[in-house]
Amino acid sequence: MAEEVKLFRTWSSPYALRIVWALKLKGIEYETIFEDLTNKSPSLLQYNPTHGKVPVLVRDGKPVCESLVILEYVDETWKHNPLLPQDPYEKSMARFWANFGDDKLMKSIWQLFIAHEKDQDVAAVAALENLKIVEEQLKGKKFFHGETIGYLDLAFGWIANLVSILEEIMSLKLVDGERFPHLSSWIQHFIDAPVIRDCWPPRDKMIIKFQVMRENYLAAATPK
Amino acid sequence: MATKPVKLLGFWDSPYVNRVQFALNLKSIDHEFIEENILSKSELLLRSNPVQKKIPVLIHGDEPICESLNIVQYIDEVWTDGPSILPSHPRDRAMSRFWAAYIDEKWLPLLWEVYEAKEEDSRTTLLEKVREGLVLLEAAFVKCSKGKAFFGGDSIGYLDIALGGCLGWLKGIEKLASVKLLDETKTPALLGWAETFCSNEAAKNVVPEPEKLNKCLKEFQAQAAAATK
Repeated sequence: MAEEVKLFRTWSSPYALRIVWALKLKGIEYETIFEDLTNKSPSLLQYNPTHGKVPVLVRDGKPVCESLVILEYVDETWKHNPLLPQDPYEKSMARFWANFGDDKLMKSIWQLFIAHEKDQDVAAVAALENLKIVEEQLKGKKFFHGETIGYLDLAFGWIANLVSILEEIMSLKLVDGERFPHLSSWIQHFIDAPVIRDCWPPRDKMIIKFQVMRENYLAAATPK
Repeated sequence: MATKPVKLLGFWDSPYVNRVQFALNLKSIDHEFIEENILSKSELLLRSNPVQKKIPVLIHGDEPICESLNIVQYIDEVWTDGPSILPSHPRDRAMSRFWAAYIDEKWLPLLWEVYEAKEEDSRTTLLEKVREGLVLLEAAFVKCSKGKAFFGGDSIGYLDIALGGCLGWLKGIEKLASVKLLDETKTPALLGWAETFCSNEAAKNVVPEPEKLNKCLKEFQAQAAAATK
């Protein structure tokens, strides 16, 4: 019996990209449903009533939400080409770093991105500290788990794409080859991987989108 | 692997630490509990969790594992001859992880905000949000438990542990603010679940008693405030 797999996503969501990559790595066929988050479909709201967010993976009519939860679900459902390490300690480290990436690193880079010029120096300190922590994890490794792409690479995949877009908008270099040689090298390997490189959202469209987002944030935060 | 010594760095008033204690008890794992003072962290804690510098940390042999839900999953994956904590079906596992993530990202932080609230108005607003979250969790409980005593069915599971850890603070707040958060009309199933959970062997000597907890948290807040002056 052919199972029906659908992925609700937006064209730009870095969280949804994780699932696109995972399904590609596992060779799973699925239908994509693109959402406009300013006008959410009844299906999205039905499948994710708690948050109304993407991505949502729906398999045989049953939804799974939250990208890191979906990644583990995909890995446990289709066991070939495993994404997570088998060893419980290594697995716990992978989960720890994925949470660090979302809770600390992404938030600190975002805070820098939406900071007014006068606040940028302080915001940059946190972002750079967190990047340094990730840099340490990549010493002596091609990808986070070794020679092949796995869970943590997908979890951190947004760094390989989104960060350079934010840097261009801010006219600020964060991840340079001198300060972050291992991270820079990882980015190149990740971008070059065949499974990954065909999936990037269009760069010019991303720049426009995030430029507008930044302008809105800065305008909202400016005292009148 | 399972015979290496086990240490838990923590403090009894933390929901996150309580979760790990439930899991260790459920699996009957011998361990040493090392009490940490959050305001004066030990060398061992700082060495074991240099990134977050937080409790709980489980040290298994010489390997540290951090973050409560991470630790609970680790325990489940290493000690496989005890009762299973996570469900076996991938979709049920995903459902448990989803709601545990909801609790940690959206709901549990509200409880601490209630403790920190200085004004009656902000406290009232927060309590309303706590109640709204409990209504969602009530529906989740009905769906996951399928008429049985726990989120995990017949026995305590991952989501029981995730929410069970919060019961200390929840009951503490009910006492402090003289309110009912779990109640017979809006969250009858969770009310029953809380009682069953707290009287279970794995939980009964772990969930802190409300008065003792509130006194301890008040002292902590006073010390933390003095330390920042």
